[in-house]
Amino acid sequence: MKILVTAKRVEDPESKIKVKPDGTGIVPDGLKYKINPFDAIAVEEALRLVAKHGGDVVVAAAGSKEVHEQLRHALAMGAARAVWVNHAGPLDQMAVAALLKKIAEKEKPDLIILGKQSIDDDQNQVGQYLAEWLGWPQATFASKTESFESEQEKNKVPALVLSADGKKLRIIREVDGGLAIVDCQLPAVVTTDLRLNEPRYATLPGIMKAKSKPLEELTPAGLGVDVTPKLQILKMSSPPARKAGIRVPDVAALVDKLKNEAKVF
Amino acid sequence: MPIVLIVAEQQPDGKLRKATLHALSAGKKLAEKTGAQLHAVVLAKDATPLAEELKGYGPAVVHAASAPLFEHYLAETFTPAIAQLADSIKADFVGAASTAMGKDLLPRVAAKLNAAMASDVMKIEGSGADIVFTRPMWAGSVIADVKLTTPVKAFTVRATEFPVAEKSGAGEVRPFAPNVDAASIRSAFVEFKEVKSARPQLTEARVVVSGGRGTKGDFKEIEALADELGAAVGASRAVVDAGWVPNDLQVGQTGKVVAPQLYIAAGISGAIQHVAGMKGSKTIVAINNNPEAPIFQIADYGLVGDLFKVLPELRAAIKAAR
Repeated sequence: MKILVTAKRVEDPESKIKVKPDGTGIVPDGLKYKINPFDAIAVEEALRLVAKHGGDVVVAAAGSKEVHEQLRHALAMGAARAVWVNHAGPLDQMAVAALLKKIAEKEKPDLIILGKQSIDDDQNQVGQYLAEWLGWPQATFASKTESFESEQEKNKVPALVLSADGKKLRIIREVDGGLAIVDCQLPAVVTTDLRLNEPRYATLPGIMKAKSKPLEELTPAGLGVDVTPKLQILKMSSPPARKAGIRVPDVAALVDKLKNEAKVF
Repeated sequence: MPIVLIVAEQQPDGKLRKATLHALSAGKKLAEKTGAQLHAVVLAKDATPLAEELKGYGPAVVHAASAPLFEHYLAETFTPAIAQLADSIKADFVGAASTAMGKDLLPRVAAKLNAAMASDVMKIEGSGADIVFTRPMWAGSVIADVKLTTPVKAFTVRATEFPVAEKSGAGEVRPFAPNVDAASIRSAFVEFKEVKSARPQLTEARVVVSGGRGTKGDFKEIEALADELGAAVGASRAVVDAGWVPNDLQVGQTGKVVAPQLYIAAGISGAIQHVAGMKGSKTIVAINNNPEAPIFQIADYGLVGDLFKVLPELRAAIKAAR
């Protein structure tokens, strides 16, 4: 099967994000960049599926040339080919979904796996827009019941289960109050939740190999997509800081404060 | 007159999800700012009971579609139905609570309506055509004011940021029959596996007791304190990743966002993404054996100590104090 995945370039989730004093963006100094962690999970799941069922993984990303780092990371993990949409400047979720739709029409994958959200915008939208615009079924928040300590995880068994005839995928979705199990006929769009798998590291031989793997360059204009943002960010600010409280010496003091000051019991 | 349409949600047990009432109050606020009328829509196997319940919470009209196709939620079946309704009533805004269903459904509805969308809205400001939605980015490290420029606009709201809609008046229940071709649907509901718990739901509990890596996977004391307080149990991401507790207990930006009266964090260091999910709590208590843990920077009351010693003492003291 042919699987299309995404590799958005985002700030390292461990880095401290600060807003510029004028509210026009975040302070870029000292930030490190990574593949969006949810996209790394998507790449991992796709690699496990093709290891089991055969096929290839194609990775796509949009941005300026720096995004090659993330595409090469996915190639080093094991993807076969990369597609780069060369665009400097902001891209909103509708623009990204429209670009991916055009790429999907060119590539004709059996399955598209994306992170459920990117850890910068936190919108959680692209997979759903893409599924609707392609007219494909969707399964968001894909998860699994086995823990990361399980045999399945150690043996890199895909959590997404392909039917015997290869036409249907079974997905366990993480929803409120439990798990929803759904079947999607292929082609379909799946978005990943945190516990679908633990992405592999890029090994040194993988990184060496990735350097010679094909990376195709496309542009929004070439794909016929107008990427003018429909969501405008007017201003960014820091959230109101929560005031640090006090230290209490022992349980008796804590209960006294909770009872007489916070009045929670 | 402009129209704000709020999508209501039925739980697997058939009841109205409480987050819908928070979304209705956000919808009402938006309607006031835009001079719009508030509508709601509910899809179910039998939508009438929920529509009757909803009409007492502010919407002028509750659109109700009943069909066997809507017994189990699927984005593929709900999307065309809601988009058809939004088109026919010329809705300017379509919104829902930021629940698993809302997050799955609304972007797809937005796609069908060519609407831009703001997720997890915390505040609604501005007026008329210049509505500004405030929403979190980077796990809540940044708060952004955003404007949507498409004719139809979609949004989900973070339930903890808006109150439950007040009971007011009685709207009209208006049945409608969307045209959804069952043969064209290529996804199927198989099963819902409920995670059963006698404790209150995390997002609705008055008190939450959460455990982190410091528990080393032993949640007995967390659960015992929760039961003493009638509280829900939560967990940090590290604990869920380790498989020590079920996924749906995770509190954080990528898990559940909670805002109880009292949040007790035991053995939780206070990673930014966890804090994003609980900093709206009224009173925060942190118990951690590391005095440098970042959780103490946001806690109202911090106690440095071993949670396995502190929690049993706390449980006994609370019992005695009541």
